[in-house]
Amino acid sequence: MSATRVRDPERNSGAVWRVLQVISGIGALWLLVPMLIVIPMSFTGSRSYRFPPESWSFRWYENIVTDDRWLSALGTSLLIAVIVAVVATTLGTAAALGLSRIRIRGAQVLNGLFLSPMILPVVIIGVAVYLVFLNFRLVNSPGGMVLAHTVLATPYVVVAVAASLRGFDTTLERAGASLGAAPLRVFLSVTLPIIRPGVLAGALFAFIASFDELVVSIFLVGPSVRTLPVQMFTSVAQESDPTVAAVSTILMVSTAIILLLVVLAQRSEPRRAP
Amino acid sequence: MATRYRGIEHPLRGGWLLVPALAFLAVFFVYPLAMLITRSFTEFRETEAGVGPFGNYLWFFANDANVTILVRTFTTALIVTVVTVLVAYPYAYVMTRVSARWRMVLLAIVLLTFWTSLMVRNYAWLILFQRNGLLNALLASVGLGPVEILGTLPAVVIGMSQILLPFMLLPLYASLSSIDRGLVLAAQSLGARPSVAFLRVYLPLSAPGVAAGGLLVFVLALGFYITPAVLGSPQNSLFSQLIVTQVSDLLAWGRGGAMAVVLFLVTVAMLGLFWLISNRRELPSPLRARGGRS
Repeated sequence: MSATRVRDPERNSGAVWRVLQVISGIGALWLLVPMLIVIPMSFTGSRSYRFPPESWSFRWYENIVTDDRWLSALGTSLLIAVIVAVVATTLGTAAALGLSRIRIRGAQVLNGLFLSPMILPVVIIGVAVYLVFLNFRLVNSPGGMVLAHTVLATPYVVVAVAASLRGFDTTLERAGASLGAAPLRVFLSVTLPIIRPGVLAGALFAFIASFDELVVSIFLVGPSVRTLPVQMFTSVAQESDPTVAAVSTILMVSTAIILLLVVLAQRSEPRRAP
Repeated sequence: MATRYRGIEHPLRGGWLLVPALAFLAVFFVYPLAMLITRSFTEFRETEAGVGPFGNYLWFFANDANVTILVRTFTTALIVTVVTVLVAYPYAYVMTRVSARWRMVLLAIVLLTFWTSLMVRNYAWLILFQRNGLLNALLASVGLGPVEILGTLPAVVIGMSQILLPFMLLPLYASLSSIDRGLVLAAQSLGARPSVAFLRVYLPLSAPGVAAGGLLVFVLALGFYITPAVLGSPQNSLFSQLIVTQVSDLLAWGRGGAMAVVLFLVTVAMLGLFWLISNRRELPSPLRARGGRS
C-alpha cells in the first residue's frame, strides 16, 4: 500500500520543485543581471551612471583609445600576464611532477605549501610582499609585479597538472628511458603529450590569475607600472567614469569568447583510451 | 613484469623537480610572510614600546574598534556563506535534475560569472546600486524607494555573495551529481515520505559538498578587500581594509603585521577545523591535488 506513495524519481513536479526552480532562476539572474547592466551603461552619452541612460554614444570607447592611460594599462597587464603564465607554468608543472614522484611523508606538507598562496587571504600576501619588495626595490617595477603574480598563479598550475597526472603510468617513462631516450626527450615525447590538457589549463589559469589580480597589485603599482584592474579601481574610486563600463564590456565579451573557445577545444580534443 | 624495469633508473625521478618552485616560494612567499610576522613582534609605535614582544597584539585586542571590525568581518563572512548555500543548493540540485540543454545554460551562467574579472563584477554592483541606478529605477516603478544602499553592509553582502556563489556552486554541483538517486528511491520504497528521504538520505550524502564549498566561501570572504572597498564605506570596513590602512596609510608595519597574523590564524583555524571534521574522509577537490598512487 505504501508503494503507491513512491514518487517517480525522474519526475520534476509539485510545489517543492516550483520553489526550487524559482530560487534557481533568482540565482541565475543574480549572477547575470549586474554584469549585463554594464553593457548599456558603456554606451551612455553622459558622465553619469543614471539608468536607463538619457542619451547614447561611443565616446567612452573612443576614450579608451585616446586616453593613453587605458591602453598602456592594458598593454602592461597583457605583457605581465603572459610572462607570469610562462614562468608559473614551468615552475608549477615541475612541482606537480615532483610531488607525484616523491613518496616521503612530507609530500602532504609540501602540497599544502604549494597550495597555500591560493587559500591564504590575498591581503596578507600583499602586505608581506610589499614589505620585502620595498627593500628589494621591486615596488613600482614590472619585475616585482611579475614575481608577486607568479606566487599567486603557480598553485593553479600545480592543481591543474596534478589532476592530469592522476593515474599516470610512470612505466611509460621508464620504457622510454630503457629505449635510450634522454630525460628531456622522455619528458617531451612521453610525459608532456599525456599531461598536455592539464598544462594548458594551468597556463590559462595562471594568465587569468595575473591579468585579474588587484589586491597585491595595489601595493606594488607606481608611475612605471600600472595594471588594468588597478587603473579601473582608481578610476572608480575617484570619479564616475563610464570608460570603466566600456573596458568592462570588452573584458566580458573577451571572457565569453575565450570560454567558448575552451569548450570547443575540449570537444575537439581526441579522446584517449583510458 | 614491472620488476623488469626496476633496474632502469627512472628518468624523471626524484625531488629535484620540486626545487625551482620551492626556492621561488621560499624567497617570494615564505620569506616575506616570515618578515611580516617578525615585524609584528619587533616594531612598535611609541604607545606600545616597552610592553614586550606582544605589544602589537595587546594593542589590537585592547582596541574596541579593531575587535568590532574583526567580529563584523566574521559575521559578514558567515552571512555570505549561509546566503550562498541557500541559493547554491537549489541551483545545483535543479542542475542535476533538468535536461542536458538546461544544464548547459545554468552551468554556462556560473562559469561566465566565475571567469569574469573581479573588478568588473564589483563595478557592476556599483552601477546597479547608484542613487539613480537600476535598483532605484525598479523600486520607483513599483512605487518604492529610493534607497541609499551603496556604502552599507547589505550592499557589501549582496556583492560578496554573488562574487563567491560560483565557489559554492561548482563543488556542490560536483557533489550532488555524484549522488545515486536510487538510494532516495529505495528509502521511499521502504515507506519514507519524500521529505524524510531527503533529510535522512540525500542531505547527508550532499554534506561533504556543502562543507567544502562553505569552507572555501567562508575563508575567501574573511579576506575580501575589493568589494567592501568599492561597495562599502569606511564606517563599516572589513578586516582587510583595516590591515591596508595600517600599512599603506600609517606605515605601522608592526600593527599591520599583527593584524595579518590574526587573520592568518583565524583562516588556519577554520581550515584545521575542517580538516578534523573531514578526517579519514576523502578531502574535497579544491583542497586536494594528489590522488592516491599505487
